[in-house]
Amino acid sequence: MAETYAPRDADETRAFLAWAMAEEKPVEVIGQGSKRAIGRPVQAELTLDLSGLSGITLYEPEELVLSARAGTPVAEIEAAVAARGQELAFEPMDYGPVLGTAPGLGTIGGLLATNLAGPRRISKGAARDHVLGIKAVSGRGEAFKSGGRVVKNVTGYDLARGLSGSWGTLAVLTEVTFKVLPRAEACETILLPGLDDRRAIAALAAAMGSSTEVSGAAHLPADAAVAIGGAAGGAVGRNGQSATIVRLEGVPVSIAHRADSLSRLLAPFGRVERLGGAESEPLWRAVRDVAAFTPDRAPGTVLWRVSVAPGEGPSVVAAMAKAVPGSRAYYDWQGGLVWLCLPAAPTGTGAAVPEAGVGPVRRAVAAAGGGHATLIRADAATRAAVPVFEPQPAPLAALAERLKAQFDPKGILNPGRMA
Amino acid sequence: MTALRMPEPDAGVFARRAEIVRRLGEIVPGEGVIADARGLAPYESDGVTVYAQAPLVVVLPETVEQVSRVLAYCHQEGIKVVPRGAGTSLSGGALPLADGVLMSMMKFNRVLDIDFPNRCAVVQPGVTNLGITRAVEHEGFYYAPDPSSQIACSIGGNVAENSGGVHCLKYGLTTNNVLGVEMVLMDGTVLRIGGKHLDSPGYDLMGLIVGSEGLLGVVTEVTVRILRAPETARAVLVGFNSSEAGGQTVADIIAAGIIPGGMEMMDRPAIHAAEDFVHAGYPRDAEALLIVELDGPAAEVSHLIERVAEIARGNGCVDLRVSNSDAERLVFWAGRKAAFPAVGRISPDYLCMDGTIPRKELPHVLARMRAMGEHYGLRCANVFHAGDGNLHPLILFDANVPGELDKAEAFGADILRLCVEVGGCLTGEHGVGVEKRDLMPAMFDEIDLAHQIRVKCAFDPKQLLNPGKVFPQLHRCAELGRLHVQRGALPHPDIPRF
Ligand SMILES: Cc1cc2nc3c(=O)[nH]c(=O)nc-3n(C[C@H](O)[C@H](O)[C@H](O)COP(=O)(O)OP(=O)(O)OC[C@H]3O[C@@H](n4cnc5c(N)ncnc54)[C@H](O)[C@@H]3O)c2cc1C
Repeated sequence: MAETYAPRDADETRAFLAWAMAEEKPVEVIGQGSKRAIGRPVQAELTLDLSGLSGITLYEPEELVLSARAGTPVAEIEAAVAARGQELAFEPMDYGPVLGTAPGLGTIGGLLATNLAGPRRISKGAARDHVLGIKAVSGRGEAFKSGGRVVKNVTGYDLARGLSGSWGTLAVLTEVTFKVLPRAEACETILLPGLDDRRAIAALAAAMGSSTEVSGAAHLPADAAVAIGGAAGGAVGRNGQSATIVRLEGVPVSIAHRADSLSRLLAPFGRVERLGGAESEPLWRAVRDVAAFTPDRAPGTVLWRVSVAPGEGPSVVAAMAKAVPGSRAYYDWQGGLVWLCLPAAPTGTGAAVPEAGVGPVRRAVAAAGGGHATLIRADAATRAAVPVFEPQPAPLAALAERLKAQFDPKGILNPGRMA
Repeated sequence: MTALRMPEPDAGVFARRAEIVRRLGEIVPGEGVIADARGLAPYESDGVTVYAQAPLVVVLPETVEQVSRVLAYCHQEGIKVVPRGAGTSLSGGALPLADGVLMSMMKFNRVLDIDFPNRCAVVQPGVTNLGITRAVEHEGFYYAPDPSSQIACSIGGNVAENSGGVHCLKYGLTTNNVLGVEMVLMDGTVLRIGGKHLDSPGYDLMGLIVGSEGLLGVVTEVTVRILRAPETARAVLVGFNSSEAGGQTVADIIAAGIIPGGMEMMDRPAIHAAEDFVHAGYPRDAEALLIVELDGPAAEVSHLIERVAEIARGNGCVDLRVSNSDAERLVFWAGRKAAFPAVGRISPDYLCMDGTIPRKELPHVLARMRAMGEHYGLRCANVFHAGDGNLHPLILFDANVPGELDKAEAFGADILRLCVEVGGCLTGEHGVGVEKRDLMPAMFDEIDLAHQIRVKCAFDPKQLLNPGKVFPQLHRCAELGRLHVQRGALPHPDIPRF
């Protein structure tokens, strides 16, 4: 069992890492540990628990800015900004349900380190697009800062974005500053039932290419629609039909107008239904949190997260259906985000998928013109055996290694995590 | 030109000039190499004309392979290279080095792929910012970041500077609108990062490259996100008799949950200069002018225009007009968009500053700037991206009056230090370049800067690409790599452990 250190402030964090670096002791970095089951299991003698670095340090609603110590629970931040009618506009997903752990966990530092996003990724961006500044301690045991608290800032290199999605392998965040935005007053969903994947993705492209300011564009094939409908109060999947859904947010007068134009635009794709805010909110939360493929709804499966050009989503899904009988999927981000659920054990229809299907998945992504696939849920042995993140071409991998060597020369931070 | 400390020129490189010109001519045949004094002259400066330096030689490659071979050759020979786009930088980012090759990317001027269903365009770096919009507007699309220099500046330069524009308040900066790049490292390695998909499987290299001021690699292709143009856009033009009232209006609009497409402010000297130049009908007696543009569906825009007008009236505005046609909206903008040349007409020279401050500090900062202006005996006209607190004080001076340039520079530095003091930064969108390089310690300590330079070391360990920009001091990468190792017991024995 690794020994856990829980510093109470940035300076203790720095002192600890300087010591670990000098002693060349590998460290697993965690916030609340909510995403610990993603990626290759880390082999480390020590655990650095950052949940003690907690608390909002600055929140100025009229300036649309919030800073918090890295270990502050995301839930605490979301509650604080909601109380002022604001939100983290990138709609960070909650990995708890799909990993089979508790929902509502996770820290703001972990959120940036894993670059979380949600359905609004296609209109508002991800965590990387909203971070304004950071304080961190590198694997050299040195504390540094980058960015600041204002949106317009090109002073020096953008290390805040550079650390986003680095899964704690370059530096340990100690404080982060984010832009916050006013929450939309209202929300509505346009629903097209019964489309096949290709028609559905064409409909989503038409919606996204319109001037109706769509803030969510997903397609749920029939079984995913039933599962997500089940998790979200039955808004979709009622007749066992697929559901193609488009979200509109804003002031009510605007939504009414945009919903009309969108309904006209999408009429050639078939029947158009409308869901109000009360049905929309749980629906998009279920889409965001992959409610279709939680361990209890999809037992004995592994889960991949695939990012490709939106129009290529269906080709990935079709290739996987062929390569791995029993594979299931649904689409977010206009088709560019595919949640791919593969049988992990022998099923009635096919054989067990060796190595979580890594071979077919990588081939499908390559055939789709490029992108990346990450193995999100699989047992530890599988995650230790297959490359969880998309392997990079040699020159990029070499550059990433040089960057790692600059920030963490002794390789003490989350060794192997991003392999 | 003012005294500017640049990296020590390499005498060996001067001695080999003829040989270097010949070798570059082999790699980029035809008219791709410029070596005569007259041909070099147009490349001596970028948008910051107070700095000028002829490069050793100019090379204009046309293919990625040529870029790669030129860089690999220079890398091997230890020759510095400065990339250049359209040369509109307002921070001296494309200022040549006497012993450096200037690589102009303006022959990379083709739009390669327009993909409406995936809402992106793949373009070469020499395509102008406006050129992208021109290429997609027939289908009702546009490229959102819109620097005032958009007719001229290149998308490669935009990527290097993480450029912004009036519409960035709602639609983000360059970094939020670029999906992928192809770039060539100093050693000639060609990399492709990102593409038509979102996010990266590894480190967010896109995030590091955008805004890196041409120090990490030469960008040879860019994939940008394009957006469907909003259904309508309308603007409100509001005059106030104090900048406080204008600033309060900006704060109240944001506090009401409204994020306008653009929200710009000008002070009295800027209003007058712009009005004299383009006759946009700006109120000459106002102390502050605010232009708020709302875009989106017509119903929403009308609704929000009303709310904005109410807020402005509540803050005692002295003049308020709402555009009723697109032509009228463009007239509202004409003065703002021409503010720099307008100020150029009323003063022989001006320096354009680019600090950002938290919005609420606006009245305080304006008052302090007025006091500084009196101290230096120089006038200053202000235009700002009010919505995001990005100031563009234009310091008026006459370079022919001995000492005025020095005074103007000192005034500018004081303004930028003030921006940092109130919680902002040295540059919001123009970049550090050489102009703000020596002010970096006002914002970052040595360890902060060392971590930035470490990124440079991962991309360009020999530091041959655009050296002398951004960082006040060049450290050898090997030196920076040295670790401060202190073995022994954990210095804070009381850190809780379990
Ligand atoms: C009148 C005027 C108004 C302006 N308004 C705005 C504004 O509203 N907002 C704003 O943000 N900026 C503005 N600018 C500044 C300037 O236009 C931008 O910084 C622009 O992005 C520079 O583009 P460029 O092609 O001219 O680049 P250059 O000036 O040629 O180069 C700028 C930097 O980019 C690097 N570079 C260029 N091309 C490449 C490449 N292919 N690969 C790698 N590095 C490269 C250079 O080395 C240099 O460091 C304005 C400038 C002027 C003169």
